[in-house]
Amino acid sequence: MTTLKIKNVKKVYPNGADAVKGVSVDVEDGELVVFVGPSGCGKSTLLRMVAGLESVTEGEIELAGRIVNELEPADRNIAMVFQNYALYPHMSVRKNLAYGLKNRKTPQAEIDTRVSEAAELLQIAEFLDRKPSQLSGGQRQRVAMGRAIVRHPAIFLFDEPLSNLDAKLRNQMRLEIKKLQRRLKTAAIYVTHDQVEAMTLADRIVVLNAGQIEQIGTPAEIYSNPATTFVASFIGAPPMNMLEATTTGESLEIDGQSIPYSVKHSGRVQMGLRPERIKIVNGEAGFGFDVTVLEDLGATRLVHGHIGGQEITLAQDADLPAPSGHIKIGFQPDDVLLFDEATGQRILT
Amino acid sequence: MTTTELEQSASVPHAKPAPSRKTFGGVRIYDHVVLWFGVFLMMAPLVVAFTTSSFDHVLIHRQGMQFGWGDQFSQTYSTVLNQQGGFTGEVTGWLMTQNSFILGIGFAVGKIVISMLAAYAIVYFRFPFATLAFWIIFMTLLLPLEVRILPSYEVVQQLGLLNTYTGLILPLIASATGTFFFRQFFKSVPNELLEAARIDGANAWRFLIDILVPLSKTMMAAIFIIMFVVGWNQYLWPTLMTTDETYFTLVRGIKQVMQNMIGADIPKYNEALAMAMLAMIPPVAVILIFQRMFIKGLVEQEK
Ligand SMILES: Nc1ncnc2c1ncn2[C@@H]1O[C@H](COP(=O)(O)OP(=O)(O)OP(=O)(O)O)[C@@H](O)[C@H]1O
Ligand SMILES: [Mg+2]
Repeated sequence: MTTLKIKNVKKVYPNGADAVKGVSVDVEDGELVVFVGPSGCGKSTLLRMVAGLESVTEGEIELAGRIVNELEPADRNIAMVFQNYALYPHMSVRKNLAYGLKNRKTPQAEIDTRVSEAAELLQIAEFLDRKPSQLSGGQRQRVAMGRAIVRHPAIFLFDEPLSNLDAKLRNQMRLEIKKLQRRLKTAAIYVTHDQVEAMTLADRIVVLNAGQIEQIGTPAEIYSNPATTFVASFIGAPPMNMLEATTTGESLEIDGQSIPYSVKHSGRVQMGLRPERIKIVNGEAGFGFDVTVLEDLGATRLVHGHIGGQEITLAQDADLPAPSGHIKIGFQPDDVLLFDEATGQRILT
Repeated sequence: MTTTELEQSASVPHAKPAPSRKTFGGVRIYDHVVLWFGVFLMMAPLVVAFTTSSFDHVLIHRQGMQFGWGDQFSQTYSTVLNQQGGFTGEVTGWLMTQNSFILGIGFAVGKIVISMLAAYAIVYFRFPFATLAFWIIFMTLLLPLEVRILPSYEVVQQLGLLNTYTGLILPLIASATGTFFFRQFFKSVPNELLEAARIDGANAWRFLIDILVPLSKTMMAAIFIIMFVVGWNQYLWPTLMTTDETYFTLVRGIKQVMQNMIGADIPKYNEALAMAMLAMIPPVAVILIFQRMFIKGLVEQEK
C-alpha cells in the first residue's frame, strides 16, 4: 500500500519565492525515499509541507489514507529529525523522548516502555539521564532519532540529519539509519544534497531541481539511465563528462574526430560519458586525448585532460602506469548517453 | 575567586607575565591599589554609617559621625524594628520591611511576567503591526514615571487603587527594557525548537511554559536582580500613592524617622542610620544569591 501521496503540490512563499512548482511523488509502505538536489531546489520546503510546518499553496498531501493539508503537525502522525537535532536543551534525554508522548496524554507506563525500547534500539540507554549538552554530536543525533521512534509514526521525515557530523561518523550513522529503518519497516523521506548519501540510502531517489522533479528511480536506474543532463551530472562522483558532439546516424563526432556509431538521431547533441567507463587504448582507434593533470585518490586515479577543446576526465586504477602527453582513449558505444542539446532531455538510442 | 586564581586566569593568554608589572607575592600591586581604592570609596560611607548607628543620638548630634563602636547597637536596632512609629503609631520597622519586600518582589515578578508575555507575542505570533507594537513599547523608555506621574496618579486614583498594593505595583510593571531583552533572547532561540515542539504536540501555552520559561531562567534571574533593587528603592511613586502609614516602605521610613524633629527634640540620627543599614541588606542579599545562579547559568550554556 501507499503511505504517502504527494499530488501536484506547489508552494509559493509569501515573499513570492516559487519554491516548489508542482511535484507528485508516492512513498510506499516501508520505503525509504531520498529527495536530493542542489541547495535551494525546494527539498526542505517539500518535506516541511509533508510535516505540516509549512502550508501547502496548491495540491494535496495524503498520509495513510487521509488528506492532511489542514492538519497540525502533531495530528499528522509524522516524526521529524532536524539537521541541528533541535533537542530541548534543558530536558534530560529521557524527558526529550517522552515529551511528545506526554503531550498526547499517553499513560506513563506506556511512555516508559516506549522510551526504554527506543533507548535500547539506539544504544543510548546509559545517557537517559544526561542533558543534550553533555552528549557528543553522534549521540545527540541518536537521541533525535529516538524522539522520532517513540512516536511510532506513519512516516519518518529526515532533513539533512547527518550534515553536522564529521565524515567518518556520517558514514557510520548513515548505515545505522538504513538498518533502523529496515528493522522498523516504517516509511521514510530523507532529504540531502549529498548524492553519495542518496545513492547508498535510498530505495528510490527523487532528484529535484529548481522546484521540480527531474527524475524518480532506484539508485541504479538514476545512475545508469539519467533522464536529463542535470541528473547525469548531479549523480556520481566524479561527475559525468558532458561533451558537445554531432551524430550523423552512422557516426559520432567530437571536435573533428569521429567513431562509427549507429543511432537514429542526427544533429548536434550533448554526450554524457562516465569517467570510469573510459579506457586508455593503444593503437590507432580511439580519440586523441591530451593529459593535463593527474589526481591520485588512493585506489583510483583521475586523469584530467581534453579532446580537442573539450575538458574530459577519466578514472583509472591507481596501479596502472600514469599516463602523460598525447594518448588515445576509447569507450563502448553502449556507455554513451545522448541528450538533446537544447532541452537537456535524454535521447533514447 | 582568590587573588592567586585571579592572577592565574589573567596570565593564561600570554605565557610570560609582562616584565614591567611589579608583582608582590603573586599579586599585581597597581591593580590591587586601584581595586582597594574603589572599595574604599564605596564602602567607607557605609562603614561610618554603620558604626555611627551604634551611638546615642545626642552624642551624634554634638560630635558628628563616629568611627568607633558605641554601646547603643542592640537597643537602636531593636527599637527601629519593633517600635511603633508614625502619627498613628501603627507602623514598625518589620511592617515597613514587609512592605518593601512586597513592592520589590511584586515589581520584579510583575515586570518579568509582563515583559515576557509581550515579547512572546511579538516574536512568535503573527499579528498585524507587530513590529510597530514593539517600537511603541520601546518608545515608552522616553516616558519614565516622573514624566507621566500626574496622569498615572489620576488613573490610579480613579480606579480607587490609592493605598493598595495593587496601586503601588501595577502602574510600574510595564517594562520596555525587559520586553526588549526577552525579545532578543527569544529571537536567538532556534526555530527548530518551536517546530519540534509543534510536532510533539505542544500548543502555544505549553511551548511557553515547558520550553521558553526554563530556557530563560538566566535571563529571568538577571532581570529579577536588577528589578528587585529598583523596586525596593522606589521612592517617588510610593510617596505619592500611599498616605496610609501601614503601606510605608523602608526607604520612606528613613525619612519618617528624621522628621521626628518636632519641637526641641534632637532627630534620631542613630535610628535613621540603622534603618538605612537594614534597608540595604535585602537588595545585597538578593544580588549575592541570584548572582550565583546567574553565573552558573552563563557557564552551563544550555542553548
Ligand atoms: N521561509 C521562507 N520564505 C521565503 N522563501 C523561502 C523560505 N524558505 C525557503 N525559501 C526559498 O525557497 C527555496 C527553496 O528552499 P529550501 O529550503 O526548500 O531549499 P533546500 O532544497 O532545502 O536547500 P538546502 O539544501 O540549502 O537546504 C529557496 O529559493 C529559498 O530561498
Ligand atoms: Mg534544506
